[in-house]
Amino acid sequence: MALVEAIGVRKSFGHTEVLRGIDLEVERGEVVCLLGPSGAGKSTFLRCVNHLETIDAGRIWVDGVPVGFRAAGGKLHELREHEVARQRRDVGMVFQRFNLFPHRTALENVMEGPVQVLRRARSEVRAEALALLERVGLAEKAGAYPGQLSGGQQQRVAIARALAMKPKLMLFDEPTSALDPELVGEVLDVMTSLARDGMTMIVVTHEIGFARSVADRVVFLVDGAVVESGTPADVLDNPQQPRTQQFLAKVF
Amino acid sequence: MASDLAQNDLREELVVVPLRHPWRWFSGAVIVLVIGGLGWAMAEAQIQWEDVPGFFTHPVMLEGLLNTIVLAVCAQGGAIVLGVVIALMRLSANPVARWFAVGYIWLFRGLPVLLQILIWFNLALVFQNISIPMLFSVPTNVVMTAFVAALLGLGLNESAYMAEIVRAGLSSVDSGQTEAAKSIGMTPMTTLRRVVLPQAMRVIIPPTGNNFINMIKGTSMASVIAFLELIHAANNISSRNLEIMETLFAAAAWYLVMVSVASIGQHYLERAYGPR
Ligand SMILES: Nc1ncnc2c1ncn2[C@@H]1O[C@H](COP(=O)(O)OP(=O)(O)OP(=O)(O)O)[C@@H](O)[C@H]1O
Ligand SMILES: [Mg+2]
Repeated sequence: MALVEAIGVRKSFGHTEVLRGIDLEVERGEVVCLLGPSGAGKSTFLRCVNHLETIDAGRIWVDGVPVGFRAAGGKLHELREHEVARQRRDVGMVFQRFNLFPHRTALENVMEGPVQVLRRARSEVRAEALALLERVGLAEKAGAYPGQLSGGQQQRVAIARALAMKPKLMLFDEPTSALDPELVGEVLDVMTSLARDGMTMIVVTHEIGFARSVADRVVFLVDGAVVESGTPADVLDNPQQPRTQQFLAKVF
Repeated sequence: MASDLAQNDLREELVVVPLRHPWRWFSGAVIVLVIGGLGWAMAEAQIQWEDVPGFFTHPVMLEGLLNTIVLAVCAQGGAIVLGVVIALMRLSANPVARWFAVGYIWLFRGLPVLLQILIWFNLALVFQNISIPMLFSVPTNVVMTAFVAALLGLGLNESAYMAEIVRAGLSSVDSGQTEAAKSIGMTPMTTLRRVVLPQAMRVIIPPTGNNFINMIKGTSMASVIAFLELIHAANNISSRNLEIMETLFAAAAWYLVMVSVASIGQHYLERAYGPR
């Protein structure tokens, strides 16, 4: 069974339907890149996977669990907010604008989830958090506050913060779009090594080079629907749909 | 080249004439004169200055001081707790809670504090007993002491202001912070406690400090219902010796002491929650 299974996902804001029945499966260890023009619904879909938005129709299953619901007695029961919180523990998310906690140091940001949510012992968590900062190349910045870090460094701390929860799935929403061009590489490097280590990832990005070299599959989204999907070679180099061709022509 | 050199030589010899500020000297002198005049007037006034320290430490004055502090701290503390609750209701998804919060703020912020104190104090005129059927019942005039009436009058009014301050503070925190907290599996309560409130504090503390200073002075309104705070204490003392100004000055000194201490506390709180 796939780690993520989305079936007929629909979402409207007011009268505008932003997601019009999205079907998507992500296998364990697979890296899927979501591409598409602005307003296509890429962020919205990602947020639905983490139940930051409630979907209007369809279903999303993560690791066999229906997101936002509990299956019992042949029915799906809507979950309370603290029950949803429990589901979110297994899914990490990285935001375009980093969203680090500005009143805590890099190390405290990484420790926050395991200590406050999982209630694990500080000493043990601390060692793990330092190892994670080491992994994203920021061991020496453990004591720095987010305001003292560059955008690229903040985003790498944000990735470490998500990884500290030992998620089964990582969601990235344009993680490099808010960065100066010379800082993009350091974040993509971390993501690439994460993918090589077998992490399951859904990545919304405009970095075609990253999609080409790291993604197992590229999914192209327009107006809330999947237009084309396949290996990077198929979708990026030999697009079949006119919308995909137009978009790629603009990006290159 | 040669002329350049000559100019350089000249520059070495130039003397700097600092800008003069004659008006600063003048206005400074005027201020010193005015203060000196006031000081002289105070010294010449018919005030028994030597009696003021005695009133400052008079047992009745100290009792009034203690009551003032207890009233101000209890009213402000209660107002902060109530204010957080009302602010959360104001921001909640439940429309009934939202409307209740709006009405609460409208009522308790809209009425003068003095009027609210008087209404609470005279509640026994219209309600003989305060009761919840089947649970308890107590005579109103037993419960509604001057302290309780002043506490309710000052505290409820302040809680309406606190609700607005807390709401502004909570709204000032970027929604991305809440989302990041959710994404690592935090419950709404933990998110509020660990992520939103600490950041909202920066917006909440300065106006709360100002309000507390106002609260300290506002306790003086409880003197109208004969609660023994500083002003009432001063009046009690002067009713015996008729040294009205001397006792009022002693009370005034206590207000300044309390306000100064509160300001210092506010300064350190602001620093603790300040930007990193
Ligand atoms: N909370 C919201 N309320 C109302 N409309 C929204 C909301 N969030 C998104 N939308 C709308 O939904 C549509 C899809 O938005 P979304 O952010 O998912 O697009 P996107 O594909 O991520 O685009 P971009 O590349 O610009 O990030 C947009 O038209 C947007 O205006
Ligand atoms: Mg987006």
